[in-house]
Amino acid sequence: MKKSLSAYSEAATKEELERHIMVVWVDNEAGVLARVSGLFSGRGYNIESLTVAQVDEEKNISRITIVTNGTNSVIEQIKAQLLKLIPVYKVASFPVDDKSIFRELALIKVIADKKNLEKAKEICNSYKAQYLDTTSTSFIVEFHSTRREIDSFIKELKPYGIASVARTGPLAMAKGAEITETNKGKVI
Amino acid sequence: MSQITGAEIVFKAFADHGVEYIFGYPGGAILPLYDELRNHKKIKHILVRHEQGAGHAAEGYARSSGKPGVVLVTSGPGATNMVTALTDAYMDSIPLVCVTGQVPTHLIGTDAFQECDTTGITRPCTKHNWLVKNIKDLPIIMHKAFHIATSGRPGPVLVDIPKDIQFQKTEYVKKEDVIQKINKVVTEVESSELDKIVDLIYKSKKPIIYSGGGVVNSGDKASALLHDLVRMTGFPITSTLQGLGAFPGDDQQFLGMLGMHGTYEANNAMHDCDLMINIGARFDDRITGKIDKFSPGSKKIHIDIDPSSINKIIKVDHAIVGDVENVLNKLITVFKKKYPNFKNSNKENISEWWKQINKWREKKCLSFVQGKKTIKPQYAIERLYELTKGQDTFITTEVGQHQMWAAQYYKFNKPKRWMTSGGLGTMGFGLPAAIGVQLANPGKLVVDVAGEASILMNIQELSTAVQYRLPVKIFIINNQYMGMVRQWQELLHEKNYAESYTEALPDFVKLAEAYGAVGIRATTPDELDIKIKQMIKSDKPVLFDCVVDRVENCFPMIPSGKAHNEMILSPEDEKETKISKAGKTLV
Ligand SMILES: Cc1ncc(C[n+]2csc(CCOP(=O)(O)OP(=O)(O)O)c2C)c(N)n1
Ligand SMILES: [Mg+2]
Repeated sequence: MKKSLSAYSEAATKEELERHIMVVWVDNEAGVLARVSGLFSGRGYNIESLTVAQVDEEKNISRITIVTNGTNSVIEQIKAQLLKLIPVYKVASFPVDDKSIFRELALIKVIADKKNLEKAKEICNSYKAQYLDTTSTSFIVEFHSTRREIDSFIKELKPYGIASVARTGPLAMAKGAEITETNKGKVI
Repeated sequence: MSQITGAEIVFKAFADHGVEYIFGYPGGAILPLYDELRNHKKIKHILVRHEQGAGHAAEGYARSSGKPGVVLVTSGPGATNMVTALTDAYMDSIPLVCVTGQVPTHLIGTDAFQECDTTGITRPCTKHNWLVKNIKDLPIIMHKAFHIATSGRPGPVLVDIPKDIQFQKTEYVKKEDVIQKINKVVTEVESSELDKIVDLIYKSKKPIIYSGGGVVNSGDKASALLHDLVRMTGFPITSTLQGLGAFPGDDQQFLGMLGMHGTYEANNAMHDCDLMINIGARFDDRITGKIDKFSPGSKKIHIDIDPSSINKIIKVDHAIVGDVENVLNKLITVFKKKYPNFKNSNKENISEWWKQINKWREKKCLSFVQGKKTIKPQYAIERLYELTKGQDTFITTEVGQHQMWAAQYYKFNKPKRWMTSGGLGTMGFGLPAAIGVQLANPGKLVVDVAGEASILMNIQELSTAVQYRLPVKIFIINNQYMGMVRQWQELLHEKNYAESYTEALPDFVKLAEAYGAVGIRATTPDELDIKIKQMIKSDKPVLFDCVVDRVENCFPMIPSGKAHNEMILSPEDEKETKISKAGKTLV
């Protein structure tokens, strides 16, 4: 690739890109998802996956989990920018390491002839996937695990006739007795 | 409690928050609100000629008064015309509350007449915005709007109210009831951090204070404290474009503005210092120049109210998040306690540094030669300053060379006297802003230092100035070029002056008269003073056509991609300094 001539695009220090999981606690109100995702696109950050659901009905709080990548300083800047959004309570970021738990759910539909269905079921059994629906020509399984595990599960199943895959993207939580303190208005 | 309509609620909230002026323009979706105007005689509506003008006028009002500016416009085109002003206010941290009309709720999403996704369009250029779908939410949202616009790092907010909601009724909620419940973010200044900073100040041999718009935004007390700090330490101080006036521009310790068109002494001091104290500035790219060559040998301290400004561009050694007034207050207290008599003991410590600074000063980087025939633009600003410094003068600007010359040659001695579009660099800002400034400061002299190209972007607001008898002065530095564009083309684009010359300019004197304002023209240096005095004396809006040298460039200048100590000082320098290919692609 031709080197960019713009001094703007030349970062002063070259840092490593790292995959991060960002967890954002927000008021569950209209437009909040657009604010969060708009911040990412507007400032040129990447979203690999995004999962959101209400987690506290009483306080009306939703938890958004975003997988992104960036240099350390970019990750810090994303956090600081997210915390500036009015409906955001707190933000946590989890580097993908063994200090945190990551889980993702996949639904997979296989359509195949009898022989291939048998083969596919063998694989599903070895992964301990759960059957949600079975017919003579198809089945749907549920599988939850880490992203990597799901990737390899799908890879193994593929030759036998995957018709549809749905994945949630990962959820993350810190191990042990720790929880994330409110960090609004703080230096990240 | 009795029930009142949405329109009444909005005005009751305006009254509760002390609103004196609304800048606006009516239209179908906002008419119920306009109906309500007649019931609120204390709130005056200023009818602009274009919604963008309303936005900038509100910015000028806010900047010069310290109060939020309020805007009222209709749906669709009324809202989209506001986008530039909202973005401008967002970039320069100016508190605005913008209320827009929206089509009735049952028509939202149907591509109704004058419908647009106002909250969607303005989401990235407001601190927060709301589409009011339930009348019950309206009073709460109105109070929150004022709170969010003015608290923390100030900025614009927008409340989009569908027409049917403006008619519906509910109970009003008192301001206090809402504000009390808001979870306010309180940032404590850590004393251990203060201690470290105080020691750095004590030890420094080559310090510089670099102050910004945050000082002005924090309020007059912050400026006074900054003054105390500078006096107490004996340190040199430089300021960003937005910070001008927070510290007196004619003071010996002031090195002038820094950055792309900053002074030689300020930029060199920034480059060579061993301690940089950033107070309420944000390391903008016009300030830093090339990042990896930015002040390589210094410890850096950053005081800012916005945590996301810390380490965004420049990694700093110590950061304090907080309001400048509060932080400086604490810093000064700790300092005085720990090092009483610092100034006297420190004189020697930094005397070499001041010697070096004075050497840089001897370069006289802002000098220029004024001949007999044509007026030099720098001379025009200098004369404007000399002839107006005796009275409390407010200056707004458009964007271009004239803006930089105003920043360089006009010396501001008080905060809130200088209103310029810095972050967004919006041509067309100055005239409507001057209108807002004049309303907030009746009887004061308000001058928009303009370029002939910029002024045409919102010239229609001259009609507003005439209608409300606002005697704003528009001082056009007329070089017939988009001078700043022409300068870049000369220096960076092989003198290819593509579309930077305006072929058919209006006769500004006649234009003024057509609007019912006064037109004055000056073409030679010897008539300049008389004409400026004539302008000041006039009790009407004046359009002053100051015909200047067409091809003067704005120096000093840090060429793109260069460091602070690699400035171009004069046209002679310019020939020698080779701007790298990488530098040329910068804007
Ligand atoms: C709305 C807008 N459009 C374009 C620009 C880019 N621009 C920056 S300065 C400038 C020229 C301004 O010319 P003039 O008002 O005559 O000022 P001068 O530089 O000649 O003093 C232009 C086009 C801008 N800043 N704002
Ligand atoms: Mg011009």
